[in-house]
Amino acid sequence: MKLTIDGTAHDLDVEDDMPLLWVLRDELGITGVKYACGIAQCGACTVHIDGDAVRSCQVAAGDVWGDVTTINGLGTPDALHAVQDAWIEHQVAQCGYCQSGQIMQATALLTETPNPTDQAIDDAMSGNLCRCGTYPRIRAAIKTAAIKMNGA
Amino acid sequence: MSKVGKIARRTFLVGATAIAGGVAFGTWRYQTPYKNPLLADLNDGEAALTPYVLITPERVTLITPRADKGQGAYQTQAVLLAEELDLELDQIATDPGMPDAAYWNRALAEEAAAFLMPGGGFGADVAETFVSSVTKFIGLQITGGSTTVPDGFDKLRAAGASARETLKLAAARQTGMDVADLATKSGAVVLPDGTALPYTSLAATAATLDPVQDVPLRAPSEWRLIGKTTRRVDIPAKSTGTQGYGIDVQVPGMLHATVLLNPAQGGALGSYDTAEAFKIKGVESVVEITGGLGVVANNTWRAFQAAQAIETNWPAGPVPPDMNDHWQALSDSFVDASQDSRKRDDGDVGMALTGDGILTAEYRAPYLAHAPLEPINATVRVDDNAVEIWTGTQIPRFVQANVSKITGVPVDNITLHVQMIGGSFGHRLEDQVVRHAAEIAMQMKGTPIKLTYSREEDMMHDFPRQIAMARMRGRVAEGQVQAYDLGIAMPSIIASQMGRQDQPVPGPDSQIVAGAFEQPFAIPHHRVTGYRAPDLAPVSSWRSVGASSNGFFYNAGLDELIHAAGADPLIERLRLCSDPLAANVLEAVGDMCTWSGPNPRDGVGRGLAFTKSFGVPCAEVVEVEQTDAGLRLTRAWVAAEVGTVVDPSNFEGQVAGGVLWGLGHAMMGEITYTAGIADQQNFDSFESLRQYQAPEVFVRGLDAGDKVLGIGEPPVPPAAAALASAIFAATGKRLREMPFSKFVDFV
Repeated sequence: MKLTIDGTAHDLDVEDDMPLLWVLRDELGITGVKYACGIAQCGACTVHIDGDAVRSCQVAAGDVWGDVTTINGLGTPDALHAVQDAWIEHQVAQCGYCQSGQIMQATALLTETPNPTDQAIDDAMSGNLCRCGTYPRIRAAIKTAAIKMNGA
Repeated sequence: MSKVGKIARRTFLVGATAIAGGVAFGTWRYQTPYKNPLLADLNDGEAALTPYVLITPERVTLITPRADKGQGAYQTQAVLLAEELDLELDQIATDPGMPDAAYWNRALAEEAAAFLMPGGGFGADVAETFVSSVTKFIGLQITGGSTTVPDGFDKLRAAGASARETLKLAAARQTGMDVADLATKSGAVVLPDGTALPYTSLAATAATLDPVQDVPLRAPSEWRLIGKTTRRVDIPAKSTGTQGYGIDVQVPGMLHATVLLNPAQGGALGSYDTAEAFKIKGVESVVEITGGLGVVANNTWRAFQAAQAIETNWPAGPVPPDMNDHWQALSDSFVDASQDSRKRDDGDVGMALTGDGILTAEYRAPYLAHAPLEPINATVRVDDNAVEIWTGTQIPRFVQANVSKITGVPVDNITLHVQMIGGSFGHRLEDQVVRHAAEIAMQMKGTPIKLTYSREEDMMHDFPRQIAMARMRGRVAEGQVQAYDLGIAMPSIIASQMGRQDQPVPGPDSQIVAGAFEQPFAIPHHRVTGYRAPDLAPVSSWRSVGASSNGFFYNAGLDELIHAAGADPLIERLRLCSDPLAANVLEAVGDMCTWSGPNPRDGVGRGLAFTKSFGVPCAEVVEVEQTDAGLRLTRAWVAAEVGTVVDPSNFEGQVAGGVLWGLGHAMMGEITYTAGIADQQNFDSFESLRQYQAPEVFVRGLDAGDKVLGIGEPPVPPAAAALASAIFAATGKRLREMPFSKFVDFV
């Protein structure tokens, strides 16, 4: 099976029904993508397929329909994506475990909706759990990221 | 300063020990002859100035004995060290170090004093001394009880100051200059001509010197970092997917494992058939472990699939089968024979609460899962006479001891690599996952085994927050609260938790009444009694421990009395308040929200609550609004007194997170048992606060007190009661049982 992950093509020998999450984590060692619930209730495993935010725990490897972008491909500490930059500026992360998924979800939101209302933020982000309670800073960081992305 | 401050200063007077290749000194020497844990690994030219600072030709490393589970513990400790050592934060590497008894946690020992000493009270000199010695003896290197800041505040600054002056002495030795002419800045000793000698270049010389002792600490007015907002060094990695957690550990030759445990909590392994499991690709083995099976494969998902394919026949477990049994056991505990403590008994409650006009109410708090987002995991490799462990833990010494028991390998040959933790809330004060990983690895010697619990196994086998019940009786007269009698029944959290570590826990458990008996309100007739319920489901520390339920109970009862008196919740609390620092936070929160009573306008309710827990007075106001879609939480205001706010941004984040934790778990979520099996196994049935439900949170930190305190837990206990009070104000409905979503609809 051939998958393109973060711009790199991979030829993989895995079952068709293995969730993309576990292909990324255990077969390719891309560990920025997180396992937390396995049933699409928390959003920690969120990645992009052709720019759309999806729960990688629910996408079978054989069903991947486009190029996959993970948090590790979105930007790096030396070359941050605007959303990651806003996350750092607002010091969002506490334990940080959910933030890969939060950032991928927020990036997809801002791509679709460059100036989201609070309601739009609620609608897009409420599938992503944060047990530390960083929600107020996530909201603020999304608004800052919107300004950064619109000005870029 | 308090007596605690005197103990701390005396600690710093202890002399240094010169040892070949380095010198060591530090607070760990107080009263005990523990060896400095750094010396064992020292190479020539490396100076171990204290258990906290390691300076080598390459770098300055903060050996931090406190786990970081998202609360910014590494950052806080780095700030405290750098403040006196004149380092920039990006010049410090952090290393959790190997577990060692020298890292005993004095602040937690003080919190435990009243529990461990029968009849002892907080502040009792004898109790403090005794318990400090006991906990040191068992080597209690624990992260918990909001103790990182109080424990490190003096020790780390003293360590930094001593290291700084010793490095200056080394520079004087190397250059022949007078120490008085030398300064320090940004990780270097600066000569009068401006030449900077990096600390790392002075390590070899420093190793030959006796460290400078008893260096006066800088006054708050001189602080460069403490009290300022710093950027946490872990946040860039946590924003780019590059922060490694325990679950991300990759070791050459590693296999992936999961567990299939008896779904009944605490139940034993029964009969099983693995034939179907071995048909799944990549499955390596299935081994018996305590309470179930370990399933090993070359991929976590394959291990999960194989675990589901095993046919099992489980025996019943020890947890009472039905929730009615649990509640009945609590209800039956309000009797003299079950009395555990009566640490508050003011006035004459018996006389004041006879006759007519007595108000009564009963309150309930359910079991709750910790459910940090990172499922528990541990990686273990067992060799013939050595073990290596990679895991995130708050109890590293216990982990080593338990793995030693399982493997027969002596503790000295067990290397523990403490990992960053993706949330804990008390979950990582347990180590069952490490024991299971060691049991599996023991049966596959030489192969590193990374064990990951599925979310379902994690939640079903969590040791949850205690179930608890409270009964209130009270009387009001002339617009005032006159008498308040509160009884609280719960199983002993500490006995359950420490029992799993084979630690005896004599005496009453102060957690049964924590967050209630010590509240600073001078009600004329006031009594708080703890009743110890029998063991039901095994329970453990959950963010704010006993106070997580008791903050709700105490405030809910008081709120009903204040309402019956026709008094204002803020004004009456202020009238009763006997502690100026507590009055400060009440006034502050009233100021922040422009308090005008529980009903600022139609359809809007505000509730006020106050809890002093972990020494921190914390007041909160929560606002709810009635909408067509249900009750919406709009805003929350919080004021807390912590002596010194080490980092305002991290403080604000911790407080807001704590309030949302308290509110979310008051609104929804509970663990219930049917046939001794947890009914909730994942976030579909164990609901958790989401973005659209989170109110704005406004935070103010006060710093008038002379004792520096931590803030991880104190914002939790008042939140539920403030919300219940707000809902009463908005709807007229009294909520006496959590979760509130059983009785009202939220947006």
